[in-house]
Amino acid sequence: MKARSNIAGAVAAAALLSASLASVQTQAASSAPTSSGEPLSWRLGPSQYRQTIAEVFGPSISITGRFDPEYRQDGLLTIGARTASISSSGIERYDELAENVAAQIVDRRHRDTLIPCKPQTPAANDDACARQFLSAAGRLLYRRALAEEEISLSVRIAGEVAKAKQDFYTGLAAALSNMLLSPNFLYVYKTFEPDPDEKGKLRLDGYSKASVLSFFLWNAPPDDSLLSAAENGEIHTQKGLKRQVDRMLASPSLEHGVRAFFADMLGFSEFETLAKDPTFYPRFTPRVIDQAQEQTLRTIVDLLVVRQGDYRDLYTTPDTFLTRSLAALYGVPIVDTTDNGQPERWIPYKYGADDPRAGILSHASFVALHSPSGRSSPTDRGKALREYLLCQAVPSPPADVSFAVVQDTNHPVHKTARERLSAHATDAACSGCHKITDPIGLALENFDTAGGYRTTENGAPIDTSGELNGTRFDGPVGLTKALHDDPALTACVATRAIAYASGRTPGRSDAELKRIQAEFGKKKYNFVELLREVSLSDALFKVPPSAAQLVTAAQ
Amino acid sequence: MKSGRQITRRRLLRGMLAGSAVTVGLPILDCVLNTNGTAFASTGSPLPARFATWYWPLGLGEDDWAPKVSGANYALPPQMAPLKPLKEKLNFFTGGQVFLDGQSNNVHFTGLQGLMTGKVANSREYLGSIDALISEVIGRGSRFRSIEVACAGSPRDCWSARVDSGVQPAEISPVALYSRIFGAEFKDPNAAEFTPDPDVMLKKSVLSGITEERQSLMKRLGTADREKLDNYFTSLRELEQKLQIQLQKPEPLPSCTIPQPLSVDKEPAVTLATEAIDRANLFGGLLAHALACGQTNVTNLAISRPQSGLRKNGDATAHHTHTHEEQIDANLGYQPVCRWFADQYMSALAQFATRLNSIKEGDRTLLDSMVLFAFTDHGAPRLHSVRNYPIITFGSGGGRIKTGMHIGRPGDQVTRVGLTIQQAMGVQTSSWGVGSNRVTSPISEVFA
Repeated sequence: MKARSNIAGAVAAAALLSASLASVQTQAASSAPTSSGEPLSWRLGPSQYRQTIAEVFGPSISITGRFDPEYRQDGLLTIGARTASISSSGIERYDELAENVAAQIVDRRHRDTLIPCKPQTPAANDDACARQFLSAAGRLLYRRALAEEEISLSVRIAGEVAKAKQDFYTGLAAALSNMLLSPNFLYVYKTFEPDPDEKGKLRLDGYSKASVLSFFLWNAPPDDSLLSAAENGEIHTQKGLKRQVDRMLASPSLEHGVRAFFADMLGFSEFETLAKDPTFYPRFTPRVIDQAQEQTLRTIVDLLVVRQGDYRDLYTTPDTFLTRSLAALYGVPIVDTTDNGQPERWIPYKYGADDPRAGILSHASFVALHSPSGRSSPTDRGKALREYLLCQAVPSPPADVSFAVVQDTNHPVHKTARERLSAHATDAACSGCHKITDPIGLALENFDTAGGYRTTENGAPIDTSGELNGTRFDGPVGLTKALHDDPALTACVATRAIAYASGRTPGRSDAELKRIQAEFGKKKYNFVELLREVSLSDALFKVPPSAAQLVTAAQ
Repeated sequence: MKSGRQITRRRLLRGMLAGSAVTVGLPILDCVLNTNGTAFASTGSPLPARFATWYWPLGLGEDDWAPKVSGANYALPPQMAPLKPLKEKLNFFTGGQVFLDGQSNNVHFTGLQGLMTGKVANSREYLGSIDALISEVIGRGSRFRSIEVACAGSPRDCWSARVDSGVQPAEISPVALYSRIFGAEFKDPNAAEFTPDPDVMLKKSVLSGITEERQSLMKRLGTADREKLDNYFTSLRELEQKLQIQLQKPEPLPSCTIPQPLSVDKEPAVTLATEAIDRANLFGGLLAHALACGQTNVTNLAISRPQSGLRKNGDATAHHTHTHEEQIDANLGYQPVCRWFADQYMSALAQFATRLNSIKEGDRTLLDSMVLFAFTDHGAPRLHSVRNYPIITFGSGGGRIKTGMHIGRPGDQVTRVGLTIQQAMGVQTSSWGVGSNRVTSPISEVFA
């Protein structure tokens, strides 16, 4: 009997809801409308989605499911996210994620801590309590205060579903799930308003500034304090902006931002499809793949955030962190006293002064990530180093080329990759590009395709001499020292930081880029100082030229 | 599926209000297909056309595989031996090429772009692939407008792209695909009773709340951002439509059987060709059931990306590298390891086509009622050639096309095959392609 009345209730609610929704015209919640021909909004990336849920509802909400895939553009997924739409199979996934997250938030385990009020009776709607929760959660999820129309729409959805299902919390979950599926949540929008300080000009509105800053520095939506700074205008003043940036850089959340930036810049999304042949590399397990990323990100956070070190030292530092599994992969002896069956611990480790495995290039996250599944490729590694770390483009191979000698690993004469590649590089069509990739990659040939250390290939000793932009060296340590001193290394990370934060890659001669690079040098390549420079830079809140005329038209 | 099923939201709700609490029972005998299996007996409306694409990487190898004669009396090349039992149900198109019109050959991509979209441009402009143009016509009324799968672990291995929103992400997990199609939301078309789920109805109404946000959002955005928002709402409409279809009693489909649930997935990334093929076979089974059960009319499968990293067990070198490095064996006349890969893929293709052919629809088979379009990225991958693309189609599209032929047209635009198939599938167009790849007449000898 109860089931029957529930069905009837649901049907009635569906009809009522549809009728009332059809008449609603919600108003824009934020300031003046504006427009531009270039994409300014971006689709929330998977890690931004996860971090948002963790920041707003706490880390115990689990997110199981997949997202629409990301696409890399100009070296960054963050730029690709500017043109990413949501596919029809993607929206099914976002819907499933939204329902799943919403159900957890209202479940018995979480409702008392996450929902600030209790309904008068759990078996019916309670508009006041729903309003209290939905307007607060909505502000954090949409990264702006909700318009009254938006709040009342959500409250109505919660109420009708609660009535139909005779359960307050089911209603609340339905309204929340809608918010999590809304483009207002899944896209981060940049909008503009007339600048009161400069008549006739526009500025990015406060909420947009807050989102740009917080996703840049925290990989998360603005917190309450930052939203308040957007609402009370503080964010528009130089002093207020600086106060917020200082606060954000001092926050523990900075670590999330730094991790997300480097995971993007170093191409860690490629780990999703990375595998090695288990016959040859039995130690390269899925667990090791996860740990390889973590090793590098820990090393980065430790050097750049905790110790406020020099960015260039990332490539030469003897300090890192290892687990038992990673140590086995690298062939490094560590003492781990973790009990059997316990999760592996991260143990700080320092390589000896003469060890060839210094810096993050020796991590599996570089040498294994940029190698095919069966064997290493000096060309792939050289290309990756130029593209990911130096922001240099390497052209694609031409058509109509014979690769016959190159990598015939059973070749009776050409046993090592160096010998096979030099035979290939005699071809004029190939040598131009191979000259800029191979001498770098060959210096890393001491690392097999899974990141293990070796000194011979097919019985022949490996010659790891190489060259980077005119500097000759021997072995991986020599390469990392040459890289350390290459000005393109610091110029590249500065370029990427600006692009990551603003959504636009600055041109090489961009004045603001040059200024930021110079400041970065003056601050001894302290990465946190680079983040500060970019956060306070004009590049970040720039108004695209096309915005002005469209706003004028709208007004 | 059919225009008679299009129901407005208001009509649907009215109908639901009146009937939702009542169990709808229909005797199955009244609803079976007509004796030819070409139409639903109860309504006389024709069975929908169905279309599948199947991508395998790196062609058929370097030797001379194109048959010398055109027409019905040709011999399948040795690479295609696994397809021999299906020879009368397939057409083998050879000789077609893609014209670059001054664009650089972005190897493994540009040729495919021309073949699948009729246009050669940069990679961001990969829009409107053959299957998506066909799904505009035959896909809209079904629960899933199309289903994409990839067998080597990356959702980006997909050649299906909508006109507006670009490349579709592919499903990489057979277990996830099973639950997406045959999970809790699946309505068995042959179930004796049908009860619309009130929760689905409620969900659909709740979702319409998001649609109400559209106008206010649009006002705040620039043109580029509006386009993205348009795509979002197109996807949202598809989600709503999926729910709407769940609220309707499906037409009985005697050929529909529900597959067994799959056990746990393996790791998503695979490195061996045989592992990718195992996954292709799992996917193939699910797609065949999905097509037979009316869940979708268009499916797309890709074995891997074109520069395939898949290997033979025990060999450290991947297929793509082999295509460039392996010597052509002077005695055999081909690259033996590359041939091994081609043989594997042709066997897997034969398995999928055979599976479709084993599903009876009246006195025809599912394969007869549809077109399966198999394609690859290069005719001769060693040289990155964009000439002489091998394309294999199976099935007669419900009697629309003749099969059993080799159609060799050396130097012709490969887009002519695409135009022919589109027309056979009911796309109302007399031309297709851009620049030198534009064609204005189909290959008429295959039309029935």
